[in-house]
Amino acid sequence: MTLLDFARGPALYLSLFIFVLGTGWRLLHLWRRPRMPDLSPAREGMPSNAVAARKAIVRGMWPRQEFGQAALVTTYNGYIFHIGLAVVFLGYAPHIAFIQRITWLSWPALPDVVMYFAAAATILSLLFALYWRLTDAVLQRISNSNDWITWTVTFLPMITGMAVINESSAITVAREQVIYPTPLAIHLLSLELLLIWFPFGKLMHAILFAFSRGTTGIRFNHRGVEL
Amino acid sequence: MSTATEVLHPSFDKQGTTSDTDRLKAAVSSFLTDFGTTTAVHLEACVHCGLCAQACHFHLATGDAKYTPILKLEPLRRAYQREASAFSPWLKKMGWYKEPSIEDLERWQELVYDSCNMCGRCTVACPMGIDIAELVRDTRHGMYKAGLLPERMALMDRTAQQWNSTATPGEDLPDILAEVSKEHGVEIPCDLASADILVTAAPAELGEHTKAMADAAKILNSSGVRWTMHQEGFDASNIGFNNGDIALQEKLTRALIDTAVKIGAHTVLLPECGHAYGAARWEAAKWYGKALPVRVIHMTEFLDEMLANGKIKVNKTKHTATFHDPCQIVRRGGLEAAARRVISALGLELVELENHGTTGFCCGGGGGVVSNQRATPLRYKVFALKQAQVEATGTQHFVTSCGQCRITLEMGAKNANWDKHVDSLLEMVADNLIQN
Repeated sequence: MTLLDFARGPALYLSLFIFVLGTGWRLLHLWRRPRMPDLSPAREGMPSNAVAARKAIVRGMWPRQEFGQAALVTTYNGYIFHIGLAVVFLGYAPHIAFIQRITWLSWPALPDVVMYFAAAATILSLLFALYWRLTDAVLQRISNSNDWITWTVTFLPMITGMAVINESSAITVAREQVIYPTPLAIHLLSLELLLIWFPFGKLMHAILFAFSRGTTGIRFNHRGVEL
Repeated sequence: MSTATEVLHPSFDKQGTTSDTDRLKAAVSSFLTDFGTTTAVHLEACVHCGLCAQACHFHLATGDAKYTPILKLEPLRRAYQREASAFSPWLKKMGWYKEPSIEDLERWQELVYDSCNMCGRCTVACPMGIDIAELVRDTRHGMYKAGLLPERMALMDRTAQQWNSTATPGEDLPDILAEVSKEHGVEIPCDLASADILVTAAPAELGEHTKAMADAAKILNSSGVRWTMHQEGFDASNIGFNNGDIALQEKLTRALIDTAVKIGAHTVLLPECGHAYGAARWEAAKWYGKALPVRVIHMTEFLDEMLANGKIKVNKTKHTATFHDPCQIVRRGGLEAAARRVISALGLELVELENHGTTGFCCGGGGGVVSNQRATPLRYKVFALKQAQVEATGTQHFVTSCGQCRITLEMGAKNANWDKHVDSLLEMVADNLIQN
């Protein structure tokens, strides 16, 4: 078994297994924690809990001017790498081919030039996020190993992915044989590392953000506060 | 996992003679009872972006990163990860999360009590929507159980346990009210066997803010409602809510509700006090165990309703005013519009502070910080933020609807040699009341 076979086979399925099981377990655990109903009478005239949760989830997507320049820098840089990662993962033709191979799902790819721009922006943005975390006094104080591991497992697939690009995506997809098996295997393994880490670290915020914002939205709505 | 968490200049007080091991056990056991679904989701959702620091007036006023709100939760977070998270058995075995030590709790006392008003501005700033203020309260529950309160707050706790009030024993209330009544020339009913409204007070209204008490009486008498104060339940300020003393919070809450039920009141009227509103309006039912048999309203709501239904009328002034939004009444209480309707009824031209409503700055005294004497220098630094915003409005009046905010702001103004008077919304209504 070559390294690529390993990355495409057992490593991929093991990482997906850990990803699904770990994420499910963490969510189930949260769901099973005790819940106390709020017995106080709700403020009259406020929207339903479902509407309040939805509004809070959407409202949390952009920053409030009142919280200053640092908030804007953190938020806009966050937009760049979140959108960049989504575009690169979901829009690049070889990635779509990979997803199709394991799920049968497929969709049209974005042009390579868009991919290169998105990848460059994402890498620069992640580097800036690292710089900000290393130099900002607040972030220095609150950062822990979760932050460093999460940054590393997010950055690695970007860098290892750049190492396997040497031709247009159309040619890559059309090839029957991989011309750089080892760099591709390393790229796949780096993605698998991210999948394995996902349930254990703060990458879970990709799911938890909705619950976290939603519960606060409901709490504040109950009191008559519009967030 | 460990966070760089050393807190500079630690200062803490300790109550009781329990061993450190037992203190720690008590704190962690209290933390564990608070880990419901919402608390757990909020403890797990943090991405360590640090934006909460940009909302915290203690961080903004000092520039010190130790005041970052999410850092204040570190003992709680560590206890959660180690004892109650999805992977805690493995994390514990691997030694990834160190149990908080007694020294950690001692160091964190300053962050949890001296430099947090539980005002919730950080909650509004958090992109994950984490209700940090509520989690600080959970942390205080554990700190109280560990006997790690600032001594001034512990003293008030002991007093309230004995008297159901931090101001006076109930049996002295009739005499105090008689004095206030005489001084201000207004009738204040006390201990009536039955009434529609049980009126409550904040401790300051029985001391330095007696005009507020008398003005409330003036408005209530003018509106024609049947009301009384009662020595069995009169102090709404609820120091248990601030200190993290759950048993006291329940006791004080029950005193108000049981008294209201006893005299057949349909409403408990809360004074101009923020934490009274937080404790009674939103949490009383939790301690009562079922939906309350009485309605609980804040003085601002009462004034708003009385003005709206024409039970009271006021002269319109032509003055300008700015309004300080008390956190527990507005950001965490939902009465932003009610206060502004009362201001409008008074004919005041409102000039909003740069930060107002749900993103307004706390006065710096909430959450018991105003009573915690050792936090005074820090509180004065925070006051400068509010002073600058008020001065920028250039208005004639600086109004608020919380007595604790007034005291904090008055002390700040005095320290800064700033000759700005802080008006009570209630007192402004009373001063402009058209007598029936």
